[in-house]
Amino acid sequence: MYLNVGNLRCGYGARMVLDGFSLSLRKGEFLAVVGPNGCGKSTLVKAISRALRPAAGTVSLAGRDIWRMKPRELARQVAVVAQETGVEFDFTVEELVAMGRLPYLSRFRRETEADDLAVRRALEATNTLGLADRLVTGLSGGERQRVMVARALAQEPELLILDEPTAHLDIAHQVELLDLTRRLNRERGLTVIAVLHDLNLAAQYAGSMLMLKDGRRFAEGSPVQVVTEANVAAVYGSRVRVSSHPEEGSPHVILLSGERCRDERAC
Amino acid sequence: MRAARGRRVILISAILLLVTLVLAAGVGAVPIAPSEAVRILFSRVPGLHLTPTWDEMNAVIFWQIRLPRVVMGALVGMALSLAGGAYQGLFKNPLADPSMLGVSSGAALGGAVAIAFLGHWQIKGVGTLPLFAFLGGIAAVTLVYRLAAVGRRVPVVGLLLAGVAVGSFSISLVSLILYMTNQQARDAIVFWMMGGLGGANWEKVAWLLPYLTLGIGTLLLYGRELNALLLGEESALHLGVDVEYLKKMILVAGTLLTAASVAFAGTIGFVGLVVPHLVRFLVGPDHRYLLPAAGVVGAIVVVGADTLARSLVATEIPVGLVMAILGGPFFLWLLRRKLKPADA
Repeated sequence: MYLNVGNLRCGYGARMVLDGFSLSLRKGEFLAVVGPNGCGKSTLVKAISRALRPAAGTVSLAGRDIWRMKPRELARQVAVVAQETGVEFDFTVEELVAMGRLPYLSRFRRETEADDLAVRRALEATNTLGLADRLVTGLSGGERQRVMVARALAQEPELLILDEPTAHLDIAHQVELLDLTRRLNRERGLTVIAVLHDLNLAAQYAGSMLMLKDGRRFAEGSPVQVVTEANVAAVYGSRVRVSSHPEEGSPHVILLSGERCRDERAC
Repeated sequence: MRAARGRRVILISAILLLVTLVLAAGVGAVPIAPSEAVRILFSRVPGLHLTPTWDEMNAVIFWQIRLPRVVMGALVGMALSLAGGAYQGLFKNPLADPSMLGVSSGAALGGAVAIAFLGHWQIKGVGTLPLFAFLGGIAAVTLVYRLAAVGRRVPVVGLLLAGVAVGSFSISLVSLILYMTNQQARDAIVFWMMGGLGGANWEKVAWLLPYLTLGIGTLLLYGRELNALLLGEESALHLGVDVEYLKKMILVAGTLLTAASVAFAGTIGFVGLVVPHLVRFLVGPDHRYLLPAAGVVGAIVVVGADTLARSLVATEIPVGLVMAILGGPFFLWLLRRKLKPADA
């Protein structure tokens, strides 16, 4: 197993969001993490990326405890694209993507050709080479997220974590970003953990899914196993029908209105 | 490329600084022409034997009075601008200023205590005033840091709030001292707080130098990390930056720079706020170019302001006052420019 999370107790102050949580992930997997607000998705991401120190339990990567690594060392293996990264200062796209090389640079050394190459490759892979000289503050939401993925790729990571990357994107950009992620997963063997709100997108793109409820694993497995009418009703309390995606065959959730539920008692 | 532009700005402003130093050292009751100033300067270069074509009295004025003053002005300007630039990155706030964590107010309190109660004794050519001002500044920031710390973390918002609180408390104590003390001490405190380079000499420069070298060197080392911090603390963390350690280093360096500057030159406002802002227009937000450029431009600005301060009217005006009078409107103009939409 590449990633091992064992008996994790993690939260904020005295409030433990995750308690006794375990998870294993093979290299090259594409795992989507879903669940209602406050179920512990983001806490899990923070714990795996070392942004939050767990009260107990371990997180290890390729057999090594991430808290025993130097921050730079971890950053060469794990890259994170957050939901919204406010960039208020006027960096160009290229400057921002080049920041992805930070974990490789020692204090007194300048960027080498290898660094420039990694930046260029990241720009190419995300189709942002044409934006290189634009200011990040002037980009659209979709462009900005692609640039953030480029910055993550410049880190040349083995594990890419996306925390609700499509939250503020329109449907075309959501699909574009997830197509990109899937391509990186399939063609480069990049291991991906994506926290997603949209069950349909998660089921369509991820190889396996993890559904959380109240900080605990409610369901885990292939999208067909996880996205069922019973699971969605139990975890979200929503009435849905699950059909199948016409092209991909993945489960597809159709939301039913709550009012009808009350009227007909047909939930 | 912006990197090339950054390097060009640093180079050009460094040349401008040298010119400014020579010109500014020539200004005063006894004017010294730039050519004479350069000859006097080169006469001290070992191995170079120039025939003395300059006035011996002018040489003494140049070496003993003018040069230490412009050098000290340059050092103070450099320190404040670098600290301001680094703080603006650290707090992700373009309105951050080196004195915002209470260092200037703490130094003012230390200085006021020294003037009002301790009279005058000296350690190695330096009086109680700069020593107490320096310690007061350090103490204030230490207190702010302690107040803001939550476990192992020190949230930026906490620092800002504690900085405001400790700052205004220190100033209220200064007011109390001003109220209680005698007329002579009151005048001395008020005058000192306006900020001035009047008493500059080589001993003070020698005192300043180690703190400034340490502080400036530290800040220049962390340019890349400060860039990453502009993306937010969590993003910086994901890029492998040890954020809490970085914060501590920047705060220690910034505090050393500001406290040392205030100790010897009083409070000179606006430099640390306006100069990094201005330089950001020229070189962009990359701290690897922004910080050195801000340092050099800050030096030019303070030396220029001090030259105005001592040549505009018959009696010298404190340079802090000149900076505040010039800096305020200039900053407002910068702000208006920034707030207006780009296409207007």
